[in-house]
Amino acid sequence: MVSERRLSKRRRSAILPPMSLFAATFSEAFSLLATFDDRVAEIVALSLRVSGGAVLIGMLFGLPLGACLAIGNFPGKHTLSVLMNGLMGAPSVVVGVIVYLLLSRSGPLGDYGLLYTPAAMVFAQSLLVIPLMAAITRQVIEDAWQRYAEELRVMRFSWWQSVTTLLYDCRHSLVVAVLAGLGRAMSEVGAVMIVGGNIDRATRVMTTTIALETSKGDLPLAIALGVVLVVVILALNAFAFAMRGWAMRRYG
Amino acid sequence: MSLMFPLRIRDLRFQPNGRAVLDGVDLELGGDGITLVLGPNGAGKSVLLRTLCGLIEPCGGTIDWGGTVPPKFGVTMVFQHPMMLRASVLENVALALKPHGIGRGERHRRAAAVLARVGLGGREADSARYLSGGEKQRLALARAWVTAPRLLLLDEPTASLDPSATAEVERIVREIRTDGTRILMATHNLGQATRLGDDVVFMSAGRVREHAPVQRFFAKPASEEARLFIQGELPWRMNF
Repeated sequence: MVSERRLSKRRRSAILPPMSLFAATFSEAFSLLATFDDRVAEIVALSLRVSGGAVLIGMLFGLPLGACLAIGNFPGKHTLSVLMNGLMGAPSVVVGVIVYLLLSRSGPLGDYGLLYTPAAMVFAQSLLVIPLMAAITRQVIEDAWQRYAEELRVMRFSWWQSVTTLLYDCRHSLVVAVLAGLGRAMSEVGAVMIVGGNIDRATRVMTTTIALETSKGDLPLAIALGVVLVVVILALNAFAFAMRGWAMRRYG
Repeated sequence: MSLMFPLRIRDLRFQPNGRAVLDGVDLELGGDGITLVLGPNGAGKSVLLRTLCGLIEPCGGTIDWGGTVPPKFGVTMVFQHPMMLRASVLENVALALKPHGIGRGERHRRAAAVLARVGLGGREADSARYLSGGEKQRLALARAWVTAPRLLLLDEPTASLDPSATAEVERIVREIRTDGTRILMATHNLGQATRLGDDVVFMSAGRVREHAPVQRFFAKPASEEARLFIQGELPWRMNF
């Protein structure tokens, strides 16, 4: 079925002018979306599970880490801040290779048998997301700390109490950090390809499917999944934006 | 003699980058009353208060808290522009009790009781950031009061308030004093000093120039700087 479609597409590309080919590809992509089948739904669901899991882990570690960097006063603080900023742009394939080495049978975490599972993909994406969320959080909390430090110190807040209080107070601004993490996780392809293996019905997510189908020449499916990916990211951003607006009106 | 008092400050110095902000402050305070700290801008009033509550580490001198170590929550301070968390009025007051290890329910109960005393009863659920300037200052006083401090430092709490909001703040300050809290308040408002204060500490150029009961300070200032200040003729940041 797929090969037939590819053949017909090749034939069409030979006879259709470039703009018509472009329009035909999109037209086919939207008809695929209209008949949204189980396989596509499975791929979308796995993508959301993997990226959602990575963002949750990112929130758990990245937000407190960023706040600690903003408030804490310890040796190596500046080095760690520079490292976090640098890791924001870490190439995902490099992170993928490192996680691969950790999880491969001869690696330190090889006994857990996680390689080529969604858990490995969550692990790899978490490593990409944590520095990004921590760096943005550090900046947001640092600004708040400058305004609040004296009063919190007068109230004899401990270091950790200051961290939790400022994370709570800046929760609306930190939505930006969470969205940035989500965007990084959902659009990432290199690391999940390496540690997940892009196995059909097991570790195939939207980005790896798009890469695979494009290399196979099945552009309509790649475009269809691309549209889903963009719509999901836009919808989550719109929801977060609306929630932030409501909260800012409510609490100032 | 009560815990933390008499408070004896001797030769207190703070000289960032060699500039003397506190230039040998000597002061002794008893355990009761409201003391107003007066002086021109740059006299060192705010820095003195910040040093007393531990925000600034002095370069030299001693602070003797009645021969004892002051309790952790014995001293607190209210600022000219108090911070308001993005939370309800009640949460903002209850916040001050968080470091005391008190449970959330009890924190809220105590916060609600104090809010009623500062005239913010019924506003518990409102967003603190939408309060007016005077209400914010009352909330800040409630936040300090709920911790039952032994010494309350007020850094120009009425500087940007209208007369009616100022009067309300002054009423609350008197009530806090009646509850047994010693108050040290920096202000530029001479009328406030006569209405509120028991005694006046006059500072200029980082030193205490005069410490006297309110009536005597205004009737017969002992120093020329104080006389000029009362008459409104002391130039801004004049060095003596």
